[in-house]
Amino acid sequence: MSAHIILFKIVLICYLVATILYLIQVVGRKENLGKIARWSLLGGALVQLVGFVVEFIRVGHTPVTNLHESLSFFAWCLVALFLFFDLRYRLSVMGAFSSGLAVITMLGSGIAPNAVEPLNPALNSWWFPLHVTFAFLGNAAFALAFGAGIMYLLQDRMLKSKRFSTLYYRLPSLDTLDNINYRALSFGFPLMTLGIISGAAWAESVWGTYWSWDPKETWALMTWFVYAALLHGRMSIGWRGRRAAIFAIIGFACLLFTFLGANLFLNGMHTFDALIGKP
Amino acid sequence: MNILVVGLSHKTAPVEIREKVAFSPTAMADPLHKMLALESVSEALIVSTCNRVELYATSRDPERAVAQLRHFLADFHELDFDKIDEHLYDLRGEDAIRHVLRVSASLDSMIIGEPQILGQIKTAYGYASEFKTAGLILNRFMHKAFSVAKRVRTETAIASNAVSVSFAAVELARKIFDKLENKTVMLIGAGEMCELAARHFINNGIAEVLVTNRTFSRAEKLAAEFNGRAVAFDNFQDQLHQADIVLSSTGAPGYVLEAKKLTEVIKLRRNKPMFIIDIAVPRDIEPKVNKIDNVYLYDVDDLQGVVQANLKERKKEADKAETIIEEEILQFYRWLSTLEVKPTIVSLRQKLEDLRQSEVQKTLSNLSADDKTAKSIDALTRAIINKILHQPTSILKNAQNSEDGNIYIDAVRTLFDLPAPVAENPDPTDNPGSKN
Repeated sequence: MSAHIILFKIVLICYLVATILYLIQVVGRKENLGKIARWSLLGGALVQLVGFVVEFIRVGHTPVTNLHESLSFFAWCLVALFLFFDLRYRLSVMGAFSSGLAVITMLGSGIAPNAVEPLNPALNSWWFPLHVTFAFLGNAAFALAFGAGIMYLLQDRMLKSKRFSTLYYRLPSLDTLDNINYRALSFGFPLMTLGIISGAAWAESVWGTYWSWDPKETWALMTWFVYAALLHGRMSIGWRGRRAAIFAIIGFACLLFTFLGANLFLNGMHTFDALIGKP
Repeated sequence: MNILVVGLSHKTAPVEIREKVAFSPTAMADPLHKMLALESVSEALIVSTCNRVELYATSRDPERAVAQLRHFLADFHELDFDKIDEHLYDLRGEDAIRHVLRVSASLDSMIIGEPQILGQIKTAYGYASEFKTAGLILNRFMHKAFSVAKRVRTETAIASNAVSVSFAAVELARKIFDKLENKTVMLIGAGEMCELAARHFINNGIAEVLVTNRTFSRAEKLAAEFNGRAVAFDNFQDQLHQADIVLSSTGAPGYVLEAKKLTEVIKLRRNKPMFIIDIAVPRDIEPKVNKIDNVYLYDVDDLQGVVQANLKERKKEADKAETIIEEEILQFYRWLSTLEVKPTIVSLRQKLEDLRQSEVQKTLSNLSADDKTAKSIDALTRAIINKILHQPTSILKNAQNSEDGNIYIDAVRTLFDLPAPVAENPDPTDNPGSKN
């Protein structure tokens, strides 16, 4: 087993342990488990970070050039961002959601082939890590908004219909969920914007054109508009609650398609093949 | 030594009976001493609340003790024994331990999880230790009960959801607004229910209270009481947007507030949520209001439903608590049987040693053997006894760690006809507290 695979497995196990602990805490109300889960996530994230640095040095460019690496990097961004939010909110349901999503992403990453091929040398510039870090951190923030949005809809539904399942007792208040939605959005939106700008700058430095309407760019722009609309709605028209939650979910669906669909089903210069210089 | 419970509770006796056998909290010394004076009772503790009257005791002779305790309850209160007998239950050993742990953890309460019972039992224990009627076992046992109750409280959510309508409203508000500290509540009408619910909200940190009523003076009076502001009934709708929580209980025959108005209000509030509680019958607020985004309307039945759901949730948590209690029973039982093991082994050894010595004596007197032979015979018989006792002793020692340890202790006692420690030296002086 290569060091890469060992590190990968350690990270996966850390995230899995955190997910299980968070779930037990949510269901069984064992207070101390959340603490252990948090440490487990932090440990996993640090190991993963070390892995990235090692890989960066080994291959000589940002190790986000195939689906395996991208998903793994996304999982890292998600965990890192959750830990940041956790400083303030301390919500084990969000913990269960974030670490669970990180585990799924890591599993997806594990299934995806990891053929590291040399990066198209023309593309190797400092814009590359900037672009992916901004974009992925933004995506992670939107994933949190998505999670909070789903929970908001569930909680809202129960409060309106007056039929309470056990979930009602476990989910936080509407106000908290709406707050997370807003904070994640106001965090994710600038990051996404920076991601798009740095991408454009990168494109300009390589191809001499800022924007070339390839499918991923188009979808990203659409997603950006959805989130821009939501942010605008929240800040100036007083959108909140259910509508904001629904928008966060729609936005995330667009994002998912931008991230996965455009890479897997559509052609363009954002595909991994293009990154490694295959026609 | 057996732990016993004799008593009655809201489950077995109506209040007319319960009130007759209740003990006055200001005069516990007399009943405790009288209970301990019963010859079969070694330790005594009395729990007396409005929902239960229970005698906790330890005894070497559980059958007799139970009968005496049953009569004690009737005699002490000068009641006809037959009248209360049918309402009494008695429990011993493991059942008694389980019962006391369940009672302390509020699993046996009328409202599961209610917090008072633990305090009441602590008080009861306080009297028993003040008057020195609780000894080694009850001391240990009651502390066990307190720690189990605490464990149940922290490890399960048995007491975490409201089971009264007005408190349920506060909890719902928390599920919507999270914090109530900066929220405003408006009372429409000044009914009693409304007032009660408002008090709950104020105790939970509501920032501002607005009161409106058809009779303005009544509104002013209530507002003054809550440190709030009175609003004229004619224009309360214009101030409605300031209220996060609305409590309505007017006697009006029709709707006081309609969906159309609330749609405007919520727009004015920039969609900040509103929690509206309609306690009035007939209802004050158009039910359609609940369909408006960010408005949550609850009427009396809805609140009742929440209470029911909360009770169901408590029952689920109670199942978890039962598991905890079973664990703890096992632990306590182990400790209890260690109390029995040592004396059993000692008296078993003593019995065999007595037999050996008398037989050796007999043989030697017939044999007229020399000193050396006599010593050999003595050593031989001693060795045989030790060899025979080796296995039973180690089984008994291990028995204290297992659930069915008492079976072995009882078996050894029966097989070798060992006296029960208390029967061999009955203590008729009944010197309180010194029986252990």
